[in-house]
Amino acid sequence: MDEKNKLVSNAAGREVLIEINGEEHSPYKGVGKHIPEGNKAAPKINSCSQFPDSGDKRVESIKEALKRSGLRDGMTISTHHHLRNGDYVANMVFDAVAELGIKNVRWFPSASFPIHTPIIKHLESGVIHHIEGSMNGPLGDFASSGKMKGIGILRSHGGRYQAIQDGEVHIDIAVISAPAADSFGNANGVRGKAACGLLGFALADSQYADKTIIVTDNIEPFPCIPWQIQGNYVDHVVEVDSIGDPEKIVSGTTKLTKSPDRLLIAELAVQFALEAGIIKDGFSFQAGAGGTSLAFTIFLGNIMRENKIKARFIRGGSTTYLTSMLEEGLTDYILDGQTFDLDGVRSMRDNPNHQNTSPFTSYNYHGKGNFASMLDVVVLGATEVDLNFNANVVTHSDGKLLHGIGGWQNCLFGKTVILPLPLFRNRIPVIVDKVTTITGPGELIDVIVTERGIAINPRRTDLIKKLSGSKLPLRTLEELKAEAEKICGGAPEKPQLMDNVIAAIKWVDGTVIDIVRQVKY
Amino acid sequence: MFPKEFSTGKKGENVRSDCWVRIKTGTGEGRKISVVSKVSTLFGQSIKKLVDDMLDFFAITDCELELNDQSAFPFVIMARIESAIRSLGLDKGKKYLPEFYGEIGAPVRERQRRSRLYLPGDQPKLFINAGIHEPDAIILDLEDSVSPDAKDSARLIVRNALRVVDFLGSERMVRINQLPLGLKDLEEIVPEKVDLILLPKIESPDQIKIITEKIAAIKAAGNIKRDVFLMPIIESALGILKAYEIASSSKDIVALAIGLEDYTADIGTKRTDEGNESFFARSMIVNAAKAVGIQAIDTVYSDVSNSEGLLASVIEAKSLGFNGKGCIHPRQIRIVHQGFSPGKDEIEKARKIVLAFEKAEKEGLGVVSLGSKMIDPPVVKRALQTIEQALNDSLIDKNWRE
Repeated sequence: MDEKNKLVSNAAGREVLIEINGEEHSPYKGVGKHIPEGNKAAPKINSCSQFPDSGDKRVESIKEALKRSGLRDGMTISTHHHLRNGDYVANMVFDAVAELGIKNVRWFPSASFPIHTPIIKHLESGVIHHIEGSMNGPLGDFASSGKMKGIGILRSHGGRYQAIQDGEVHIDIAVISAPAADSFGNANGVRGKAACGLLGFALADSQYADKTIIVTDNIEPFPCIPWQIQGNYVDHVVEVDSIGDPEKIVSGTTKLTKSPDRLLIAELAVQFALEAGIIKDGFSFQAGAGGTSLAFTIFLGNIMRENKIKARFIRGGSTTYLTSMLEEGLTDYILDGQTFDLDGVRSMRDNPNHQNTSPFTSYNYHGKGNFASMLDVVVLGATEVDLNFNANVVTHSDGKLLHGIGGWQNCLFGKTVILPLPLFRNRIPVIVDKVTTITGPGELIDVIVTERGIAINPRRTDLIKKLSGSKLPLRTLEELKAEAEKICGGAPEKPQLMDNVIAAIKWVDGTVIDIVRQVKY
Repeated sequence: MFPKEFSTGKKGENVRSDCWVRIKTGTGEGRKISVVSKVSTLFGQSIKKLVDDMLDFFAITDCELELNDQSAFPFVIMARIESAIRSLGLDKGKKYLPEFYGEIGAPVRERQRRSRLYLPGDQPKLFINAGIHEPDAIILDLEDSVSPDAKDSARLIVRNALRVVDFLGSERMVRINQLPLGLKDLEEIVPEKVDLILLPKIESPDQIKIITEKIAAIKAAGNIKRDVFLMPIIESALGILKAYEIASSSKDIVALAIGLEDYTADIGTKRTDEGNESFFARSMIVNAAKAVGIQAIDTVYSDVSNSEGLLASVIEAKSLGFNGKGCIHPRQIRIVHQGFSPGKDEIEKARKIVLAFEKAEKEGLGVVSLGSKMIDPPVVKRALQTIEQALNDSLIDKNWRE
């Protein structure tokens, strides 16, 4: 390990890097302990005289737009994951970057997906220096095996907004794929064959990048309304044949898990929330579209229906299940961060009470409050939890980097955070002595619900008191861990990790909460 | 004559919590072990140690062993390897038995048997969490759900599961194969604290006799005192006509079940939703069982996605006199329990009767009456059962008298 790889111990008890890719970062100091100073980043001043009066900013190709944006070696290019695993645009962008002979670019996606596997060739050839954003599937494997030139940085959705706003990451060129846009650059996600719902993840990029390029396959005459991305921020508009594969952008229908164990866990989580007194008129909750979260939403809907309880708002992750709750009158509003199926897109387009949001409104920690902390109950996943309720979402127990953070860290600020988890996956226990990578501090995690028992964080004496007479299987994490290890054939062996650091994990305030090391293959 | 090479188990990307093993013997090159495991990073050392321990236990010094593990639990790896060793004739009559997970209570003759969850004996991944869904019983099935070439391996998986898997209080049942293969199953299963054995396709008391004699012999040899209860499944026209003789053929029989797929085929018809074709047979089972004082258990409801249909079918079974129903999916269990639970009106009526009964007892009256109506003792007994059931199912709390 050289001088640059000097490690510093942080408030989570982890040894972390603070000089990453030649830039200084702060170690994690504790929840709410890092108070930023100074001013936000400011984008360059522009003049209308540099743009056509007609408002028509179209250029012929992505390559041309990149050229006109002044692309040079070592710049930062951002893309977004609205089109999820159906996205064609990021691959087109980096093919164009490679054709222009550019090297050492920092790719700054809001998330990457397996469809971006072709980008590995650009990492290998040196077109891309490193990725700052989630690295899933093959890209995660590539990074985990130490093949990426630079060190990856993972941030939450809110942390990404914070990093851009605070000037920690300066975006030279933002490329925003838009299912609907006009030639001025106004854009939204509710119309067109690649309709995905909303474009909130690109908001910060449009506000702070030096240059912004809209890529669309659906040009509408001015004005394109609603303009979730405002054309006044946009430099160039590029029309292409197709920005993505509709079937992989949103699913026709969201499928509920068939696993009886997961359904049971979701039922236990709902029962817990009910007995804790959280489910009452005017409450709010957040649940994603993942297997158990979706089941939680459905069972919660049943309880609300039976007991005639109405929520004030639901934060999603919208799916057909959420939109039907809105239409049935079980909630006044959906505040949507990401739309997962066609019903979600339709509802967002047609129902004014289905509001699109962005990481700025929902998650940004360096703002004057955000929506996540107002939620009464939040249901999230994790790959591992330790005996102090610290949780991991980015790596697996074998040390491999496999998931992004998404809005996970941001949602930990909800009033009651429930993690419904299977006690073991195949034969790998989920409760461990020490999480492989700490992604969220235990002080923000309140309840672990497993198929064999529910553990309440000892800090939540209020919940413990509320549930004292409950028939629910309340147990300690120690008991659950012992049971899992007995079933799985003992505590797992420790994975062999190398000294080489391949990624850093940011907390919501931009400090480094943990690092990920290279895995021995 | 034993083969020189044998493989068993499952392999492939989609296999979960199972493994595949191949052993070649007489290679003359000592032990050559190769393990490929999906969880090698976390359990690689312990898997290698297990393989070595097993080869030591069976004193096998010369073999080629290939293990392809898709994160199988240890008891599954043990069973697969032992099965291969047996097939090669290298077991020397020894059994490689994992430790029991803990104390296992004695079987209870009169326990509730509303739901019994079928678990295919060759799919251990379904065993581990079966108990959390709280069926009255689980059935580790060695019969119809296991293909003929997987029987030997499945028998050892089921044997090991009876020692290692905590079914969390569910009654521990095994369905053996038809005779004569079923006798081989008994040898492995009876010593492992099984509560009840399901006997498929029974149509004569003679079959019961063969089975009970075999069980008695195994128990005597192993000095086993524990009860092993029996539940014959009647699945043919002949069996239906002999139902009473079968039900009364052994004191160990605690329930009589019907299997309708085979029965309807036997009488040359098909199952319908209305079920007219099986009304006679089901009534025969109920009457034969009740005549002997044991439980009558209905067949399974096979449409897993239709919970309303299942509930209707449970309510109908209950009205015919059945005490339980088979489940092929954990999500059916709660609905089955709901169906067999007493309804609100039923509970209220029972409550009044029991209160009247308690009052009469307190006042030393010989006759229980409710208003101007006299209540017969069997009605009181039924009401007491209903209240007990309602308490069990949490439909009323312990202050139900108020």
